[in-house]
Amino acid sequence: MEFLPRLVFIIIIGLTIWIIAKRIRFISRNIQLGLPQDRTDHKDQRWRNLLLVAFGQQKMFKRPIPAILHLFIYIGFIIINIEVLEFIIDGLFGSHRFFASIIGGDGLYTAALNFFELLAILVLISCVVFLIRRNVLKVNRFEGEEMTRWPKLDANIILMVEIVLMIAIIVMNATDSILQARSPYYTAAGPFYFSGLLVPLFENMSTNTLIIIERFAWWFHIIGILAFAVYVTYSKHLHIFLAFPNTYYGDVKPKGEMRNMPVVTTEVKNMLGIPLDTPAPDHDAPEAPADIARFGAKDVTDLSWKNILDAYTCTQCGRCTDSCPANQTGKKLSPRKIVMDVRYRAEEIGRSLDVGGPGAEDGKALFRDYITEEEINACTTCQACVEACPVLINPLDVILQIRRYMSMEESSSPQEWQIMFQNIETSFAPWKFPPSDRFTWADSLKNKSE
Amino acid sequence: MEYKVPTVAELAAAGQTPDVLFWVGCAGSFDDRYKNVTRAFVKILNKLGINFAVLGQEESCTGDPARRAGNEFLFQMQAMSNIQVLNGYEIKKIVTACPHCFNTIKNEYPALGGTYEVMHHSQFLQQLINEGRVTLKGGGEFKGKRITYHDSCYLGRANGIYEAPREVLEALDAELVEMKRVKAKGFCCGAGGAQMWKEPEPGKKDVNIDRAEEALATGAQTIAVACPFCMVMLSDGVKAKNKENEVDVVDLAELIDRSL
Repeated sequence: MEFLPRLVFIIIIGLTIWIIAKRIRFISRNIQLGLPQDRTDHKDQRWRNLLLVAFGQQKMFKRPIPAILHLFIYIGFIIINIEVLEFIIDGLFGSHRFFASIIGGDGLYTAALNFFELLAILVLISCVVFLIRRNVLKVNRFEGEEMTRWPKLDANIILMVEIVLMIAIIVMNATDSILQARSPYYTAAGPFYFSGLLVPLFENMSTNTLIIIERFAWWFHIIGILAFAVYVTYSKHLHIFLAFPNTYYGDVKPKGEMRNMPVVTTEVKNMLGIPLDTPAPDHDAPEAPADIARFGAKDVTDLSWKNILDAYTCTQCGRCTDSCPANQTGKKLSPRKIVMDVRYRAEEIGRSLDVGGPGAEDGKALFRDYITEEEINACTTCQACVEACPVLINPLDVILQIRRYMSMEESSSPQEWQIMFQNIETSFAPWKFPPSDRFTWADSLKNKSE
Repeated sequence: MEYKVPTVAELAAAGQTPDVLFWVGCAGSFDDRYKNVTRAFVKILNKLGINFAVLGQEESCTGDPARRAGNEFLFQMQAMSNIQVLNGYEIKKIVTACPHCFNTIKNEYPALGGTYEVMHHSQFLQQLINEGRVTLKGGGEFKGKRITYHDSCYLGRANGIYEAPREVLEALDAELVEMKRVKAKGFCCGAGGAQMWKEPEPGKKDVNIDRAEEALATGAQTIAVACPFCMVMLSDGVKAKNKENEVDVVDLAELIDRSL
């Protein structure tokens, strides 16, 4: 290979790395807008979650059809990247099918390439089925108020890019296998059973045309992959990386357990005159700054970093919303929207900070500017959304933190709840019954014989 | 037989401690329908000769609805005064018929200084059945009848208790028919998260109607529940469908008590 293509290739790779590094800094800074929260405990359980839930896709298999199609794309993504490694070596050093020149083009190399081609075909089919599910069948969970133009376009772009990239690989192999007989530059490898089916389309073309097609497919595939890697950082597709840390740092407690607020514990103990040393520190409680800004969450800066990592991990599959009893009976609440709003708001703050703007102090907030009271008040805390998420996102945690803000900072909880609070304060029960009647249920029992 | 409902204070005065504290909960104490469940469970405890006691007037809301509605101060005030009472009596083991009380005392009180062995009454009953301490009448009134079981969110997803209530039902020799959305996929009754104390937000349908329709579609004559709020919501749902004369919504404890 001549010098120029190698220079172009090196520049493209360098540019990609530079952009992605910048994006990683942006995203990780946005995640750190959240409060600290210690998630270093239960290491065994965390590794198990990472292996089973992220690597093993355990929770995906509750819905077998999308799970199998998704598995094809997932395996394809991991395995075909081995081939991308060869692309990069070839691009940097001007070699052609570097691995074939090392281990020989027959045997293992051909077997591996045929396996990659099989995966490429499976990825292609899966992506087509997914496009049909979204755009023709209009599967319910891909619809909804929050699925506006951008989220829908984002999903379609991802699927179409994957299809086009797979076509490029197949076309490249098809033309390559014809060129092997015509030019010594093309290392002997094959036969390729899948791309071989396309050979009749190309075999009557001139050698020069074939070289142009083969080179175009090669460049298209590698530039496509690099561009896609950049695109992913802007899209909902980040789950391909973040599913792993997100499951590792996910909840390890029973789903019903709400996070404690140690600040409140201290105050209540002071009020009741209980010594402060008794409870063990709650590792899972977010560490509010010493001069606590507010109780509960009004903005993403009041949430924990894990809530924001959740938001970046979300790929908007809608399993949470699809299982939410409030959503399924027509209420405004959609757990997916809650999670998406956290990301939108974190990015808004991040972009503002990047240009020296006011960041979180821009007069806007997650609560009310993005998420409304009606959504927050509709939740039954049934944890169906938490259970449904294939990557251990917890939308409920955000909802409950906003409820805390409403109650303790604004006293803006629904009127009926304020009455319920009063009842608990005065009658020690959520209903207004005299506390002296608490034990009357036993009267009829005690006097009765059977 | 004569039923005894000793309070912990009475036992303490006599220098005794109960093996297990029955935490009645606010619904079990004040809700007319759920008081029947409380009494049914007390009858079971009596019939089996279990050394139990209740707190009586010393019991107080666990704080769960306040916490789920966002009022953390009120929750912790309630929790800590309850913990002071429980620790004061050196309570070790608690059983309750309310999944919300169960979840709060079991999972949330330890961070505030209250650590106990906590069981839901479905687990407690299952254990008694497995130990052979409960012998149900042969050919009891539920034999062969279709019963469906509604998972409470705070038993099921919250704490992973799916089998205990079902095993209790199977002990009745009833035919357990499952709804479509069960166990981890169980559909809420609509009352959790303090929704019990407010009108639902605007929507197309009430959650409890949706769930009641699903339960009725199984053709079961009995809808078994294990939670006071599910009881209210599903009873209302069945009533809204004008099926209250054909279909009963009953708690596990009532089913066992009737078959003892």
